[in-house]
Amino acid sequence: MRDEHGIRAEALAREFKGGIRAVCGIDLEVAPGEIYGFLGPNGAGKSTTVHMLTTLLPPSSGTARVAGFDVTTEGQQVRAAIGAALQEAALDPLLTGREHLRLQTALHGMPRAERKRRSQALLERVGLTEAADRKVQTYSGGMKRRLDLALALAHEPSILFLDEPTTGLDPQSRNALWAEVARLARDEGVTVFLTTQYLEEADVLADRVGIIDHGTIVAEGTPAALKAEIGRPSVEAIPVEPSDLVALARVLERFGVPVPGSPKGVTVRLDGGEDALADVVRALDAEGLHVSHLQLHAPTLDDVFLAKTGRSLEGAGDELEETEPEPVPA
Amino acid sequence: MSEHGPLFVQVSQLARRSVLRTFRRPINVFPSFFFPLMLLAVNVGGLQAASNLRGFPTDSYLDFALAFTFLQGALFATTNAGTDLARDIETGFLNRLALTPMRNAALLLGQLAGVVTLALLQATLYLTVGIVAGVRPESGVLGVFLIVFLGVLVALAFGAIGAFLALRTGSGEAIQALFPLFFVFLFLSSMNLPRNLIEIDWFRTVTTINPVSYLIEGIRSLIITGWDLQALLLGFGLAIGIGSVALTAAGWALRGRLARS
Repeated sequence: MRDEHGIRAEALAREFKGGIRAVCGIDLEVAPGEIYGFLGPNGAGKSTTVHMLTTLLPPSSGTARVAGFDVTTEGQQVRAAIGAALQEAALDPLLTGREHLRLQTALHGMPRAERKRRSQALLERVGLTEAADRKVQTYSGGMKRRLDLALALAHEPSILFLDEPTTGLDPQSRNALWAEVARLARDEGVTVFLTTQYLEEADVLADRVGIIDHGTIVAEGTPAALKAEIGRPSVEAIPVEPSDLVALARVLERFGVPVPGSPKGVTVRLDGGEDALADVVRALDAEGLHVSHLQLHAPTLDDVFLAKTGRSLEGAGDELEETEPEPVPA
Repeated sequence: MSEHGPLFVQVSQLARRSVLRTFRRPINVFPSFFFPLMLLAVNVGGLQAASNLRGFPTDSYLDFALAFTFLQGALFATTNAGTDLARDIETGFLNRLALTPMRNAALLLGQLAGVVTLALLQATLYLTVGIVAGVRPESGVLGVFLIVFLGVLVALAFGAIGAFLALRTGSGEAIQALFPLFFVFLFLSSMNLPRNLIEIDWFRTVTTINPVSYLIEGIRSLIITGWDLQALLLGFGLAIGIGSVALTAAGWALRGRLARS
């Protein structure tokens, strides 16, 4: 199932009725065996991109090749090479887990004996053996997501698309899913295209991250490289006396640019990096300002998003929620 | 094997799913079996006197009214099938199927297999109840099979309409909302009286141009007349015609819905 081509898109764009441009000509390249995190707020264009790359939605312009096949003219070959778990586990609540897998493997043309063997193997892999013959309507959110993943892997695809796979999951289920995705890439060489709005998910899982906002990729690289690009840490201070907030801000702004942080305190990006922290402490002392909380924050992907878009990723989706139409063809 | 995989396997698997989920929701299945029989009981109880009218084709109103139950049952089956398909669209399950090598024809045929199964059971029940209550189809044993066959064919035709509407609207609520409209179509037919005995001009005209009348009369002819070639040709012809047009439209709607390359 090792992939040799990966994913390549050039000037890929999608416009919906009413002139809404959900994806505005993006270029991206995912190497074989790589986990690529596609990070952005709700409505940024992540799902529309996935629908185009999985052949479910024709691009308005641009080209994309997945596993070496053109998504517009070689859809059948693309679909044979990929597995996809799209947003919201699309399952039939009245069927059991095993029935889902039997249907999926049959539609992929596997012989009867192979269907049975493969279904059982996948149920074991995702830890659903005991629940295999229960209707999906009795499954928890985590179980549904695991079944969704098993279905995506039914025909041993070389490229896996996961659209916000951990949204709504508890930490335990989320960690289990992360471990399985990492194992697929590491042990089986599966290329993974993962969309997420969770910074931690992209940070932990992805070899490289593309950050999308308003349908445009605003930054791309390894999480470490992106954070290094921002480079400087921030310091957050909360005064003992709330009335000292203005004075505290005046002092801290000598050391860097203010960035969003706790409303009870002041946060600035340190121009001098972490070495400036000692000077900050001395300056606060000299001004007679007492703080209850002083913390140095290493750069995060949210800082990268902030630096590239001027907004924090947390909550950025709220203002964009309505801008990405449901990618269902007319 | 073609790159799509064998059509038979795809149809049979999708049909299996369609049947399974139909019968795993008794709340949906129950009305389609028993409401038509309840309406039949009410109609026969209240309208038996109509069989005394000069020119009424039989002296048993039950014989006359039994055919309508098949149409009503088909309508229930259709609404269920349409709603199921719309739900697949709403939940993204259709996208999951679209990512497999499934053929469009397999989806439609598989979906309609649930309708056919339900209609077959309904028709058998209605006919059995009718026979137990005293109906003796004039067309004999062969006619009994033909009654069931035409009942299933009508359900298939209606099911294709339900599939088309589901694929166009993508909304289970829209399908449910159309149910009363379909019901009006059934009532504006020759369900309660033969067309030649309807004295109100506009109503007789509507029942004459309403294809549902001929579907009912096709089944009814096998029960009360025997082998009426004209009624059978009209009944079967319209069921096949409506089914063919609706299936073609559903196929077109599915291609639009699954805009996969």
